[in-house]
Amino acid sequence: MSNFTGIRGRIWFKALTGHEAPTPGDPPSVLTADAPIGDDNARFLCVVPDHDSRFPCASHGEVGLEQAYTLAARIREIIGADNAKDGGKKRPIIAIVDVKSQAYGRREEIGGIHLAAAASADAYATARFAGHPVISLIVGQAISGGFLTHGYQANRLIAFADKEVLIHAMHKEPAARITRRTVAQLEALAKTVTPLSYDVEDYAKLGLLYQLLHIKNPEAPSPEEISLVRDTISAAIADARQGPFDLRTRFESEAALTARKASRQIRARLEQQWNQ
Amino acid sequence: MTDSADIATGRDRAKSALTLSQEYLQRHSFIELNARERAQSLFDPGTARELAGPFDRIESPWLFVQGVTPQADDGCIVMRGTIDGNETVVIAFSGAFQGGGIGEVSGAKLTAALDLACIDNEKGKPTSAVMLLETGGVRLQEANLGLAAVAEIISSIIALRRDAPVISVIAGPVGCFGGMSLAAGVSSYIVMTPEGRLGLNGPEVIEEESGVDEFDASDRSLIWSIFGGQQRYNQGLADVLVEDDTDQIIKTVRELIAKGVPAVHRSQQVDLYRSRIAALDASSQWAPSVWSAASLARSTGRNQEPVNEEEKH
Amino acid sequence: MEEFELNYPAKRKAPKRVHIGVVGSGDLEVLLEPIDGTTATVRVRTSVDGFKTTWKAVLDRFFGQYDGAVRIEINDAGATPGAVYLRLQQAVEASQP
Repeated sequence: MSNFTGIRGRIWFKALTGHEAPTPGDPPSVLTADAPIGDDNARFLCVVPDHDSRFPCASHGEVGLEQAYTLAARIREIIGADNAKDGGKKRPIIAIVDVKSQAYGRREEIGGIHLAAAASADAYATARFAGHPVISLIVGQAISGGFLTHGYQANRLIAFADKEVLIHAMHKEPAARITRRTVAQLEALAKTVTPLSYDVEDYAKLGLLYQLLHIKNPEAPSPEEISLVRDTISAAIADARQGPFDLRTRFESEAALTARKASRQIRARLEQQWNQ
Repeated sequence: MTDSADIATGRDRAKSALTLSQEYLQRHSFIELNARERAQSLFDPGTARELAGPFDRIESPWLFVQGVTPQADDGCIVMRGTIDGNETVVIAFSGAFQGGGIGEVSGAKLTAALDLACIDNEKGKPTSAVMLLETGGVRLQEANLGLAAVAEIISSIIALRRDAPVISVIAGPVGCFGGMSLAAGVSSYIVMTPEGRLGLNGPEVIEEESGVDEFDASDRSLIWSIFGGQQRYNQGLADVLVEDDTDQIIKTVRELIAKGVPAVHRSQQVDLYRSRIAALDASSQWAPSVWSAASLARSTGRNQEPVNEEEKH
Repeated sequence: MEEFELNYPAKRKAPKRVHIGVVGSGDLEVLLEPIDGTTATVRVRTSVDGFKTTWKAVLDRFFGQYDGAVRIEINDAGATPGAVYLRLQQAVEASQP
C-alpha cells in the first residue's frame, strides 16, 4: 500500500525549476514557476500539502477549491499572455502531479468544488487546444478527482515506475469496501483485470502514457536522473507540438490497440451509424 | 350573504382548482421514465434514431469476469434526431445500471457522440448535444479506464461547446456526482429538477473520508440543501430549475438549443469564482446559505444573466 | 456468474426484434431477435449462481406457450422467476405488430 507523503511533488518542482514558492497571493498549496526546459520557457505547476490551509479538508495534498481555482488562474494567465503575443510558439505547461485525491468536505461541496475542478480541467484543456504543449509528470499519486483536476488533460503523460506511484480512480481500501471485497480479493482481481490494477506498470499497458521512467531514488534524484526527466519532458513537448491537440493519441497508441479495443470498436460503430 | 361577485369569485376558485388538478394529472414525470424513454421524449416525433444500441452488443469487456452481468448497451444510450428542427445528439446514462457509472464503453459512447457532433459542426452542419446525466461518476469495476474516459469526455465537451451548446440535464434520482460533475461543470447549460443533485463527492464518500461530523450521510435534508437542484440554481451553479415534467423539460431543452453557445462558459469564469471563494471565511463550517442571493446579486455566474429566484419554468 | 444456452422447437417467424428491461439489481434485460429455422435459442447470463433448474423451469413454461423462432438473450442481475416470466411476456407482446 502506498502511503501518501506529498513530498515528491515539491522535490521535483524544485529539481526542475529551482523554485519552491507559490506566487505571492496564491495559497501555499500551489507552486507556480516559469523555468527553462530545452529551448522553451515553460510554466510549471504543482499541488502540495499545506498543513495550515484555510480549508481543513484540503490540507494534506488534496485538491480543493483554492487549489483548483489557483491552477486555473495560473494557466489562463499563460494562455492570455501568449495569445496577446500574436505569433511564436505557445509556452509549454508542465503539471507535476502528486495528489492523493480531491478534497472531501462540506465546505467544498457548498463551495461548488465540482465547478472549481471543472475550471481547472477547462483551463488545462483550453491551453492544450490553443496549442500549448501540456505535459504531466506523475511523480507520486494521481487519484480520481485530484488527477482529473490537475494533470489528466495533458497532451502527454509521463510517470515514474515505482511502488509509490499510484494512478487510480479510488484508493484500495475504500474501493474494496464499496465493491464489497477484501483488499486481497481486489488485488487478485487486478491481476487479470488491468484497469483495476494499482501497479503503474499495469497502468502503462492501457496505452495512456507517453513514457514510463525508472528513477532509482525519486525522493533524492541524481543530476543524471533530473537530466533524464528534463529530456523526456522536452521530447514530450516536441511530440505534442506535432498535434493533434485533442486526446486521440490515448486510444491510438500501440498499447491502446489491445487495451482499448472496446473503446475503438464503439467509436467505429458510432461513426459507421452516424450518417445512416 | 352572497352577491354576484362572491359567486363569481367562488366559481373562479373552483375553476382554478380544477385546472390545477388537471395540470397535475397531465404532468408527466420525466424521472419515472427510463434512460431510453427520457432520451426519446426530447426529440421531434419520428426523428429519433438510436446508435450503437443493445443489438450492436458492444458491452463492457470487464464485467463478466468480475461476476457482474453486463448490459447490452453498457448503460449508455445515444440517439440522433431533431429537437425543434435542430439536429441534436442525446446521450443518456441509465442510473439503474451500475449507478450510471462510467465504464470504458459507456464513456467512449459519450466521447464519440460529442466528437462526431464536433465534426459535423466543422462541416457546417450545426449539431447540439444534450447529456442526461444520471451517474455516480467512474464505474469502480473499470477504475482506470472509467477515469480515463471521463478525462476524454471533459475534453470533447470543451471542443464541441465552441461550436454548439452542450446541455446537461440532471433530473434525478441518481443525480450527477464524481468525475461527471466536472463534465456538467464544463458544459454550456445545466438544467436541474428539485430532485436532481450535483456535486463532486456524494454524502457517503464525504462521511467515509472526513467523518460524520463533516457530513452525516443519513441527513436527507442536509443532502438536498447542499446538492439539490433548488440550491444549485440559487447559487447560480445551475442555469434552469425545472419541475419534474417531461413537457417542461422538453421546452427548456428547446429554448437552450435556440439560445446557442453562451458568450462565456461558467467554468471559464475563474476570477469570479476564485474571488468568491477567497472572500468566504472558512474557519468554521458553512451553511448552504453562505452563498446568499445578496452576494450573488453583486456578481453572477449564470452565464451573464441576472439572478432571479422566481425565474424558473 | 453463470452462462448457459437452451434450445426449444419453433414454428412461427417472429415479426420484429425487441429489447426491454435493464440490468439493475433484481432485474433483467431481454433481447429478442427473429431468426430463421425451427429452433429458438435462449442464452442466459446471470450473476446469481445455482438456479439453472429454476431458469429451465421458467423457460420451459414460457416456450410451452410461445413458438416463435427467436434468439433470446437474457442478462440477469438476480430477478425472481416471476419477474423473468413477466419480462419474457413483455418482450413477446412488444414484438407483435
